Amino acid sequence: MRVLVVEDDPILSDGLKVGLALGLVTVDCVATCADARAALASAQFDAIVLDLMLPDGSGLDVLREMRRAGDHTPVLLLTAQDETPDRIRGLDSGADDYIGKPFDLDELAARVRAAARRHAGRAAPLLQTGSISLDPSTLSVTVAGEPISLSRREFSVLAALMERPGTIRSRGEIEERLYGWQEEVDSNAVEVHIHNLRNKIGRAAIETVRGLGYRMGSAP
Amino acid sequence: MTSLRRRLFFILVAATGLIWLSAGAWIYIGSRSELEHVLDTRLQEAAKMVHSLVDAHTMPASVNALNAALPAEVHGYERQLSCQIWSLDGHLVARSSGAPAAQLAENVDGYSDRVVDGEPWRVYTIQDPVKRVRVMVGDRIGLRHKLVNDLIVGLLAPALLVLPLFGLLTWASLGRGLRPLRSMAAELQGRDAEDMRPLDASRLPAEVQPLAHALNALFDKVEAARRHEREITAFAAHELRTPLAGLKTQAQVARAAADPAVRDRALSQILVSVDRTTRLVRQLLVLTRLEAEGVHPCNGTHAAGELLAEIVATAPPLPDIVRVEIDPALAEVHLPGPRETWMLALRNVHENAIHHMPEGGLVRWCAAPDGRGVMAIDQGPGIPEEELALVTQRFYRGRHKSTSGTGLGLTIVAIAARRLGVELVLSNRQDRTGLQAAFILPRR
Repeated sequence: MRVLVVEDDPILSDGLKVGLALGLVTVDCVATCADARAALASAQFDAIVLDLMLPDGSGLDVLREMRRAGDHTPVLLLTAQDETPDRIRGLDSGADDYIGKPFDLDELAARVRAAARRHAGRAAPLLQTGSISLDPSTLSVTVAGEPISLSRREFSVLAALMERPGTIRSRGEIEERLYGWQEEVDSNAVEVHIHNLRNKIGRAAIETVRGLGYRMGSAP
Repeated sequence: MTSLRRRLFFILVAATGLIWLSAGAWIYIGSRSELEHVLDTRLQEAAKMVHSLVDAHTMPASVNALNAALPAEVHGYERQLSCQIWSLDGHLVARSSGAPAAQLAENVDGYSDRVVDGEPWRVYTIQDPVKRVRVMVGDRIGLRHKLVNDLIVGLLAPALLVLPLFGLLTWASLGRGLRPLRSMAAELQGRDAEDMRPLDASRLPAEVQPLAHALNALFDKVEAARRHEREITAFAAHELRTPLAGLKTQAQVARAAADPAVRDRALSQILVSVDRTTRLVRQLLVLTRLEAEGVHPCNGTHAAGELLAEIVATAPPLPDIVRVEIDPALAEVHLPGPRETWMLALRNVHENAIHHMPEGGLVRWCAAPDGRGVMAIDQGPGIPEEELALVTQRFYRGRHKSTSGTGLGLTIVAIAARRLGVELVLSNRQDRTGLQAAFILPRR
């Protein structure tokens, strides 16, 4: 999962980046409305954590612009003003959720997961394809009830594929989900992760669609 | 509390009553003189007519003929006119029925007033030396007055009857006329305390418009004050809660991280955050103390150079390689006022300048133009022109905020400057290469 954090306080921003990464979320951080707009224009995110009071304007403006432009990426507002009228204003401006500072990191991570899940059209927290089941909250994967140990990259690749089992995910798409802007990506990193995954969960679990990408196999 | 409606009602009723009374008096006096005139003319005509009927040779004329010559009985009034015919030698020749036996008038021609048998009479007399008669026609003055009084009563009685109706109508019309005022009051009463929408003055009558405009202006002012208050509260909430959120998040990262490197990094971030929060708390306390303090009259002066040297010496180690330069001429600039307050003001400007300095930047302290005060010139990003007026607001942090800022530094400087009675002038340098903060002493 890739999340954009728009927060101008460097320590909080850093805490969110590191803290969400513990839950295998790839986080990109920006500090201003202008940077947030640039980030939204250049990449696809599964969710956005948006601070309201930014140095060059209000996060609400960014949110409204997004919604007006038809961008339905889930937005979780992060703000010091969490009185009921503020919450209502935020939610009515198009936010999916609202959390007041200071907050609990685990709760924030859960809310981000939930927002992304709802956005993907799933209600169940567990991802299930055939006998493989993946729990994003505990970062655990089981195949036919047997727990499997995966590296964080492998887990992320599997989660990306399992979120939309029928759809083909291109290599670029998967890379974008795995790596933030500052990270170097090996050209064959995704192939390596897929290869390792197949060794652990079964060769047929992931199908290669030549020239297009990967998707979950129909027969586990 | 006086009621406008009641007040207007009494004024209107009193004014109308006064006009009615005056009109009544006028009509009374006017009708009376007119009536006198008409009745006098009638007397004269009747006397002439009787005189013409009197034939010197057929005297005495019959009383019947005399009666016939007089006007018929007026409805409601007994026969008014009485007539006597006297011979010139003083014998009563004839008289109309109802006329007194005593002579009605002196032996003079024309009009005369006389009391006969205790009753006042108005008489017209014609003497005719040819016919050798004196004809006197008169009427009772009492009757004349009764006529005038009846006329006035006839006029006033309906007016008196109409008076309650008039009062009722006035009361109702006033109620109707004052309705816009009442509806405005009702609208204001029906609002909740948060509602600061302006009144729609276009629907109100001209007399109430100034009131509505004044109210709208007041609403605007209250709303602006409230917005300002809300902004400050929002800034404060943001500045106070964000570092706490950062602290908590980093603490949770430190606890959850399995990698010692990640944990160490989170812990050092916590230390940075605690330092910053400490500074914030210190600034808050300074601000509170500064606001609570009265203005101390203080006669002492302090050399700016000496104060600045102390500030630089006690300041935390400079970040990167920022240089500070203090103009030696500042030793000769004397700042009047409490030393502590000057230290606060200068230290906060100094720290603010250093926090915004690029690596290798120079903060220069020198005398203000004309030597009236002291100023700091930095090489930081400056303050966007539209934010210059806002940066002294508490918790306001502009676009170029530094990581360690609290949003209170320049607020403290501004309040301290006010306490010291000096003017704080913040301006961007002409060549856009930094901020210039000057304390200008008042002219003596």
